Amino acid sequence: MKVFLENSVFFGVFISIFFYETGVLLQRKLKLAVCNPLLVAIAGVILFLLASGISYENYEAGAKYISYFLTPATVCLAIPLYEQVELLKKYPGAIAAGIFSGVLTSLFCVFVLSLAFGLGHGEYVTLLPKSITTAIGMGISEELGGSVTITVAVIIITGIIGNMSAQSICRIFKIEEPMAVGIAIGASAHALGTAKAIEIGEVEGAMSGLTIAAAGLLTVILAPLFGTFI
Amino acid sequence: MKYIRQLFVIVLFSFLGEGLKSLLPLPVPAGIYGLLLLSGALQLHIIKKEAVADTGKFLIEIMPLMFIPAGVGLIDAWDVLRPVFVPVTVIVVLSTVVVMVVSGRAAQRVIRKKKEGGGSGK
Repeated sequence: MKVFLENSVFFGVFISIFFYETGVLLQRKLKLAVCNPLLVAIAGVILFLLASGISYENYEAGAKYISYFLTPATVCLAIPLYEQVELLKKYPGAIAAGIFSGVLTSLFCVFVLSLAFGLGHGEYVTLLPKSITTAIGMGISEELGGSVTITVAVIIITGIIGNMSAQSICRIFKIEEPMAVGIAIGASAHALGTAKAIEIGEVEGAMSGLTIAAAGLLTVILAPLFGTFI
Repeated sequence: MKYIRQLFVIVLFSFLGEGLKSLLPLPVPAGIYGLLLLSGALQLHIIKKEAVADTGKFLIEIMPLMFIPAGVGLIDAWDVLRPVFVPVTVIVVLSTVVVMVVSGRAAQRVIRKKKEGGGSGK
């Protein structure tokens, strides 16, 4: 059985969707933020791999075909953005304010907390790009002399936390304007958060998608400067 | 037929994004370049929304699934994460919440100010 699963082409995609759907059902029944489908899917697959002794490489050999569509899907975020272009024209100041403050806050937060924990330059620059999309974050971390493996892990953990907690945080802190919700999610939790923003609504999804691109590019410019602080 | 045509346009822009990525020396992924290029093309009416919308919305809807393999990849990162686990967790959780609140409230403030100021039509 194990040999069959290790060689199967569809197994990786199958258990990924299986645990995602399990998460959807759990969330519908229990209504807990912890039952976030993405978190349930990732935890479910990890536990299954650990229990069965199947390696990540074997799982990934099949599952990579879902990730393959990440680039085309990101390109398609242009569609909701185009549909909401009137908002973009009407509120450019709000969008700029949200994205600028988000990027600066992220870099500044990592700087202050790294100081507080007494982290060295390597650890500090590894964490610096944590709120932006993986591919840009990896590039920045590498350029500034961080550990790319940890950067990727931290970016994914950030995204999962953002995806899970976005709705509660926006409710608690009374972020109610759909545009503001989208910008907040995109600035703090990149594409993984955007997946949640799209679920919440069209305006939220469009703004979150725009914010990933803008915040990513802005971080490319600002991170090298912040990198010199520690 | 329409799905093939739409997929063709989406893959074309992904491919163009890949091309830009190889030309420009920035750590920006192909998807972001593709997003910017397709936004421009839609805005300039070079590409009609209907030429990408159905397939595009399908891809966007299944997007959460595409993050599962990377998330499962954390399984291999545990050994490098363990020594820095406590500071990393605190920094990640705190800064994610703070960034979400600050950028959301900042955007909301400007939106509401504009609505109050220029809201004579409402």
